[in-house]
Amino acid sequence: MAVHPTSVTVDDPHAGSHGHAHAADHPPHLKHYFVSSEQQFDAAKLGMWLFLVTEILLFGGMFVAYGIYRAMYPELFVEASSQLDTIMGAVNTAVLLASSLTVAWSIRAIQMNNKKLCFWLLVTTVALAGMFMVVKYFEYTHKFELGIYPGANMVYAEGTEFTLPGLGDANIAAGEHGGAAAHDTPAVDDPGRVDQAVVEVHGLGSHGLHNQRAGLFFSIYYVMTGIHGLHVLIGMVAITILAVKTWRGKYSDAWYTPIENVGLYWHVVDVIWIFLFPLMYLIS
Amino acid sequence: MSTVATAPVRTEPATRAYPPGHEPVHHYLLEPGPGPDVRGFARVWPTIKAWATTVDHKRIGVMYLFTVSLFFAVAGIAALGVRAELMNPGSDFLTADQYNRLFTFHGVVMVFLFIVPSIPASLGNFALPIQLGAKDVAFPKLNLASYYIFLAGASIALYAIFTGGIDTGWTFYTPYSDTTNTAVLPMTLAVFVAGFASILTGINFIVTIHKMRAPGLTWNRLPLFIWALYAVSIVQILATPVIGITMLLLAMERFLNIGIFDPALGGDPVLFQHFFWFYSHPAVYIMILPAFGVISELMGVFSRQKVFGYRAIALSSVAIAMLGFFVWGHHMFVSGQSPLSSIVFSVITFLIGVPSGIKVLNWVATMYKGSVWLATPMLYALAFLFLFTIGGLTGIMVGAIGVDIHLHDTYFIVAHFHYVMMGGTVFAMIGGLFYWWPKMFGKMMSERWGRISAVVAFFGFNMTFFTQFVLGSQGMPRRYFTYLDQYHDLHMVSTVGSWFLGLGLLMVLGNMIWSLFRGKPAPGNPWGAATLEWTHTTSPPDHHNFHRTPLVTHGPYDYDALFAGDGSGDGTGGDGSAGRVPGMPAPVPNPEQGGPQEMHKSVDLGLAQPKSKHD
Repeated sequence: MAVHPTSVTVDDPHAGSHGHAHAADHPPHLKHYFVSSEQQFDAAKLGMWLFLVTEILLFGGMFVAYGIYRAMYPELFVEASSQLDTIMGAVNTAVLLASSLTVAWSIRAIQMNNKKLCFWLLVTTVALAGMFMVVKYFEYTHKFELGIYPGANMVYAEGTEFTLPGLGDANIAAGEHGGAAAHDTPAVDDPGRVDQAVVEVHGLGSHGLHNQRAGLFFSIYYVMTGIHGLHVLIGMVAITILAVKTWRGKYSDAWYTPIENVGLYWHVVDVIWIFLFPLMYLIS
Repeated sequence: MSTVATAPVRTEPATRAYPPGHEPVHHYLLEPGPGPDVRGFARVWPTIKAWATTVDHKRIGVMYLFTVSLFFAVAGIAALGVRAELMNPGSDFLTADQYNRLFTFHGVVMVFLFIVPSIPASLGNFALPIQLGAKDVAFPKLNLASYYIFLAGASIALYAIFTGGIDTGWTFYTPYSDTTNTAVLPMTLAVFVAGFASILTGINFIVTIHKMRAPGLTWNRLPLFIWALYAVSIVQILATPVIGITMLLLAMERFLNIGIFDPALGGDPVLFQHFFWFYSHPAVYIMILPAFGVISELMGVFSRQKVFGYRAIALSSVAIAMLGFFVWGHHMFVSGQSPLSSIVFSVITFLIGVPSGIKVLNWVATMYKGSVWLATPMLYALAFLFLFTIGGLTGIMVGAIGVDIHLHDTYFIVAHFHYVMMGGTVFAMIGGLFYWWPKMFGKMMSERWGRISAVVAFFGFNMTFFTQFVLGSQGMPRRYFTYLDQYHDLHMVSTVGSWFLGLGLLMVLGNMIWSLFRGKPAPGNPWGAATLEWTHTTSPPDHHNFHRTPLVTHGPYDYDALFAGDGSGDGTGGDGSAGRVPGMPAPVPNPEQGGPQEMHKSVDLGLAQPKSKHD
């Protein structure tokens, strides 16, 4: 042998067998490329935490946008926030917190090897999440009825579409800014005067909104709660799959990594809502 | 476990280098492994299905390699088109509008579909688990999923390109991207989707590095390629979600008129730039850090020397990753941000020069008194060193506010980032490709044509882009499809240079194809490297990489220990005068012809054949 090795080989439990020799010490959930269940569990959990970091950062961008525009238009945020239904928001907060409890409890149940309890707790979690989405649905439809849409689609009073100078419908469709003033809004060249002009035309509006930037607040509201709602839906699908698998006895106190990881995900969904609720609903 | 038993290795006679019963097993897979890949990675073309559904990191790495190479070729041809249009002032064969779409196409495909995934997803996926002594990455299915997510993103991008393209430049700046009629919506979706692939690869790598290292492989013994990939993965995880939400907001801006970036609705278009560069500046380090890793490997292996300042190189990668998050504002010196923020961003930008300089100095110091072996990978590494140094130093120049205001949006910037991204990343990638190619496919590439390609590409590269430094400092603005006559000569030189560069890269492609069909079979360790993928696996490796989990007792560049330090040339060519550079070992018999038993006899560590050539 011409060379000294930088390393030598040691036998491991699965050496040479390529993980096929499933002995008694090799449970079926253990993937062949892991040495032990602990290694597999630790890897899965670390991976989930890293994924959740990316989720936080995804929402982080939106929180930054929120912070910037709240600093730019403080009165607008207070005023537009008054249009949100605090009761519904509070109910949803309570519902989500309860679901966080049930999912945490379900992990405890499977750790105690109580598969039946775990199953029912997961079902409860899905039900609570569904309740959250139902409340959300009523909130959204109510807003739509009032003509509260994001951004340029915001309608200020019944039948009166709010338009900005130089942003007529035709121009929006063509994707171009600049051009003739639209509808009944007087042409204003100086953006600084837009506020004033709109107030003159629309007065206080039909539901107490007279800030012509109100659409901006609702843009942020819809984007943030919308993406959060999407996460709730994904969580519902994931937890439903877990419940079915629990019913079929796939998990036990020996292996419950998916439940633990989805539980972590669900807590993050909950935590994000806990930030969204005061930032959106409770400004005054 | 006594993992640090270093002493016996130095003192025991060579014949007893391995403890009894622990000799490395070097033969192809004798028994079927699990799953569809039963015949092992060694059989390169089993079935399409086995490839499409594989969870083997090596195959996924190879699939990524071919996919990103395809995008590199396509975007490279677009670049040649851009250069050809610019050979003469005025419109040669493209209108101004077509030119805008062409250079945007070049930029978007190069950045999002080639450079960002290039080294980590292809070479990284292939080499990382083997260098760690692991059987696979921590989440093999996720690894395959990330490949398909990347393909989906790429398909959407191609759809956007074939439905009219996009003319915003790869930066998608608002408010123009909000108002142009081109396919911004599918393109932003494509970037969003491709970003997911990047995130999943990053998560996979970090978990694998943390949890799946072989016994004895401490953090201070990690190959520097792993350290670089670790730093890259951190950046991928922390930065990519931000471009995700930015693209989502831009899409909603166009789709729902939400107004977050639209000044008419109270939004702020510069906010888009902040979001964009908060990702895209760290993304610059996603592009270059893996290249640093490859170069560190090459410098160590081809200098036969412990990499000088191992820890400094390792930690400077992490330092660059961290600092990279705090410099995005240097892209916006002329956007009207406050002078104070410009100064702060400028200072932090200068700081990044420190860890980068540490690396360059350490690479040079590694070569000093080393036995430098000018094989093809090393030639590319030296080209990298030269080009990256120019790219880095000009980066410091444009990081200075006063200089930047003069050079902003000129060809100087174009030359600067091509020196870093193309001269840095691409040359390092090709060097790494030449280095790992024998391991990947079990075939050697042509050494002669490899060296010629390195020289031609290096020459063509400098001819193309160095002239652009001059053009830029004379005031030639970037993104223009025509120019004043006074710039004609230099544009001409640059365009002709791009042909040489293209020719050099074509030679690399030809070399790859030639080697697959005609290349000599590669031994287990043709370069005499000391990392696990070379010392403990065959070329190409088995399905599960190792028959036994390796126990690591030395650092990755510990050639003194590896070659027993007796100066006799043992294991380095065998004739005593060969210095430390191994000759090329005799070819390994093809497993199709010879049986595993013969393999076992003929392959040791691949270093034993006497051949003193070490140019």
